Amino acid sequence: MNRDSNSYTFGFAAAMVLVVASVLAFTASSLKDLQSENVRKEKMQNILSTIGIETDREGAEKLFNNYVTAQLALRNDGTVDETVDAFSDIKLAIEVKKDAETQRFPLYVASVDEATYYIVPLRGSGLWDAIWGYIALDEDRNTIKGAVFDHKGETAGLGAEITQQWFMDRFVGEKIFDTSGDLVGISVSKTNNDPNDTDKDDHEVDAISGATITGDGVSDMIIERLQHYLPYLKATPADLAYNN
Amino acid sequence: MSKPKSNKKPAIFFVTKEREPLFSKKNRGLLKDPLDDNNPITVQVLGICSALAITVQLKPAVVMTLSVIAVMAASNVIVSLLRNAIPNRIRIIVQLVVVASMVILVDQVLRAYAYDVSKQLSIFIGLIITNCIVMGRLEAFALGNGVWKSFLDGVGNAAGYGFMLILVAFFRELFGSGKLYGFQVIPDSIYEMGYENNGLMLLSPMALITLGIIIWVQRARNRKLIEKN
Repeated sequence: MNRDSNSYTFGFAAAMVLVVASVLAFTASSLKDLQSENVRKEKMQNILSTIGIETDREGAEKLFNNYVTAQLALRNDGTVDETVDAFSDIKLAIEVKKDAETQRFPLYVASVDEATYYIVPLRGSGLWDAIWGYIALDEDRNTIKGAVFDHKGETAGLGAEITQQWFMDRFVGEKIFDTSGDLVGISVSKTNNDPNDTDKDDHEVDAISGATITGDGVSDMIIERLQHYLPYLKATPADLAYNN
Repeated sequence: MSKPKSNKKPAIFFVTKEREPLFSKKNRGLLKDPLDDNNPITVQVLGICSALAITVQLKPAVVMTLSVIAVMAASNVIVSLLRNAIPNRIRIIVQLVVVASMVILVDQVLRAYAYDVSKQLSIFIGLIITNCIVMGRLEAFALGNGVWKSFLDGVGNAAGYGFMLILVAFFRELFGSGKLYGFQVIPDSIYEMGYENNGLMLLSPMALITLGIIIWVQRARNRKLIEKN
């Protein structure tokens, strides 16, 4: 056979593509369960880490069920949609594209040593691709207890640094409402002159050099997501009794 | 696969007809040379980028090494098996497809069985495709040699690459974080005496400097690597 003929070349390429495609498809579908299990446990691990509970992925599920007392799917007006399971039904990547009225906003309520925390999942865009995370609010529903961020494809060493502990620690203690009670969120700021984040009342954390757009993405994501939780966060404890 | 040879490319190694032992001197050389005399990183200066990026700690370096060994051995074997069937005009594309699918397989397996490591290596697993060593060995060796030799060549070169990764990662993790493979090895008492971890070791420039020192030491020890001019 002439290996340099056009028909042989095309035939070889076609056969190769078929074989490679089926091998890869087979592998991907047979490993899918294990992979999504990992992703699920990582989500629990992330949620736990915002309230200061560090665990490995294996132990995450047990601790998650221990500490997280309620998983709510909120409507835009702050009421709870009982038909939706916040943890497994809501895929935030799809959800954020819907308009506010049809969206359901997941909220996790955790209680650790008598203290109650409210954990809000976040999702937005960085420079190259999606960024997401979780932010935990203290009992006053204002002070940040902890935050965790992750990203799909930010630049390694610059934007990708948002996943570093030192960056996430800067959010701890910051407040999302200003003194007059308006939601201001937390800005990742290049001009706050406060590199150690000692000022916890300025609603700003120090930005990462070279990661301006990712940092802005983090600020935008926090305010955009939190505003939908306003009816819930501002509700008085009496209102909440009805919700829970 | 034993079609009459119409391959016009010059064979790089002459394959003898009589059976040679599995680990003949020449075959052992295929495994051993890349570790020192013909190391892909320190002698051929290939694959530097990933050597800088993933050597902050030993663990990702070890996993990267194992992944590259798997990818290179498998793709060398596959290309060697197909070497008489691959149409010459699209051979680079075929090599790319083989490497890329091997890399995706490794990535999928890591995601299922070593999730944390796969997150840590993130894009670098995908970037094995662009690692010049892989394509280089396919083009220069696997296309013209038998399966067993190609397998050894793949393992040897990947091990030579990995050896350097692990060596650099050893020094960077030791001096950068005072740990080895995640375990603290520098005792607290030394920190109390005022010792500090060297933060610069965690940044890429120190990887290059460490690599430079390794090349220096290697050439001081192995005189035949020194360029004549």
